[in-house]
Amino acid sequence: MKSRTLKRHFAEAFKSLGRNGWMSFASVSAVTVTLLLVGVFLVVLLNLNHLASQIEGDVEIRAYIDRTTKQTEYNDLQQKMEQIPNVNEVKFQSKEDGLQELIKSLGDEGKAFSSLKNENPLPDAFIIKTKKPQDTSTVASEIEKYDHIKKVDYGQGTVERLFKVTGVARNVGLVLIVGLIFTAMFLISNTIKLTILSRRKEIEIMKLVGATNGFIRWPYFIEGFVLGLTGAVIPILVVVFGYEFLHGQVNNQLDTVFVKLLPVYPMVLQLSVMLAVIGGLIGIWGSMTSVRKFLKV
Amino acid sequence: MIEMKDVWKTYPNGVMALNGIDIYIDKGEFVYVVGPSGAGKSTFVKCMYREEKPTKGSILIQGTDLAKLRERHIPKMRRKIGVIFQDFKLLPKLNVYENVAFALEVIEETPKVIRQRVMEVLDLVGLKNKARSFPDELSGGEQQRVSIARSIVNHPPVIIADEPTGNLDPETAWEIMDIFKQINERGTTVVMATHNKDIVNSFKKRVIAIEGGRIVRDEQKGEYGYEV
Ligand SMILES: Nc1ncnc2c1ncn2[C@@H]1O[C@H](COP(=O)(O)OP(=O)(O)OP(=O)(O)O)[C@@H](O)[C@H]1O
Ligand SMILES: [Mg+2]
Repeated sequence: MKSRTLKRHFAEAFKSLGRNGWMSFASVSAVTVTLLLVGVFLVVLLNLNHLASQIEGDVEIRAYIDRTTKQTEYNDLQQKMEQIPNVNEVKFQSKEDGLQELIKSLGDEGKAFSSLKNENPLPDAFIIKTKKPQDTSTVASEIEKYDHIKKVDYGQGTVERLFKVTGVARNVGLVLIVGLIFTAMFLISNTIKLTILSRRKEIEIMKLVGATNGFIRWPYFIEGFVLGLTGAVIPILVVVFGYEFLHGQVNNQLDTVFVKLLPVYPMVLQLSVMLAVIGGLIGIWGSMTSVRKFLKV
Repeated sequence: MIEMKDVWKTYPNGVMALNGIDIYIDKGEFVYVVGPSGAGKSTFVKCMYREEKPTKGSILIQGTDLAKLRERHIPKMRRKIGVIFQDFKLLPKLNVYENVAFALEVIEETPKVIRQRVMEVLDLVGLKNKARSFPDELSGGEQQRVSIARSIVNHPPVIIADEPTGNLDPETAWEIMDIFKQINERGTTVVMATHNKDIVNSFKKRVIAIEGGRIVRDEQKGEYGYEV
């Protein structure tokens, strides 16, 4: 194809967009509405996921050590733990540190324990973080088998239930988003199909005048892409500015809580690119599938 | 130039529109196709540029058999044949100028040549002042002339016209005939299906009469031969 022909196809596409004003408007609206849904839904889902990760990330294993353990055995133990494949890091917490932390976490009531400093009842401990939070219980039961380990504690029971809940929530979210995108594709391609259906005669004529399929397809390809991309503009603006605003509001409220919303950047940028790509691809896909039907003259 | 051998056409609904057509049309000829309504004239010419595919038989245009032509070679073949359709077939969203230019855009002409040639033919058919009008803003006769302009703009060796004077008053009809005469004198083969007795009888050329999908008469310098 010659470059002037490509230029012609672009000019033709934009001309057609203008002259089919209402049809273009209908297509763009369909894209806008569905991408708005997809965008808002994604923001919610990503934040829920983030929230779950934060909670999951707080899970850690505490392995308390027998008081009779010798110093060299401590090192052996630590090494052994670090060599478990799913373990990310192993930190030693001396009984003094442990007590300090306990006193701090209990606040005012903790002051009562200050007197215990001289006869600290707590054992030394290793604090283990797994690479994936979901591996916590398997790693814990592994460590439990080691010598010199008095007790392993990671919030047994509660943690398993937490992972079950977040796992189900993630899967449900994934199914919903995939369903939503398919609905969007269906809706948009149908609207675009309608606009091109009304041009069936047009395509037949072009073929009778000697246009090749490729020649006919190009402007429609560009048109579909532009329709889809235009439809993504409002959803992108809503996601970017809407989330920025929401983030400011909510994070002020959540100031004292340990969970936080996802930072505005880079998430909104990634989402914008994603919405633009989905819009453009759906536009192209919609117009190409419709044109294909009429090209067989 | 154009040769049909034992061509049959049965439409999907069972109508037998062509029943064994044999014809040879030489380069530079001017041929009228006449016959009563429903005789198969349109079907006959449609087979020549493959709007319809014959059920049986072969059609050779400049030596290539249309029946055996691959799908992707059809556009090239159609560009060699300028067609004036009975129902005009103008692109509704394009104005007069753009409709005519389309036939040149598909062969990737330069914008300069396109502009020049389009204005030339619009001048020829007397529509220069309507270049920016859209088809639905034109009278039947004007649309017909746009259709003619588009069919001749890329100088095809063959022009096929299905009732090109059907919607025109006698005076305009003769103006159109003058255009056909001109392009025929340049060596273009013209095949024209028509009901216009006046024209056939006064501008004498080869006449092919079709009835019931068969050729019943084929004479040089023939008469229209039907009462109107
Ligand atoms: N697409 C089609 N599907 C089914 N039957 C058709 C189709 N086109 C034409 N026919 C039938 O084929 C026969 C021949 O039609 P055709 O259009 O070739 O006639 P014609 O000689 O051009 O008539 P007219 O002078 O009225 O234009 C008619 O009986 C018509 O009803
Ligand atoms: Mg006819």
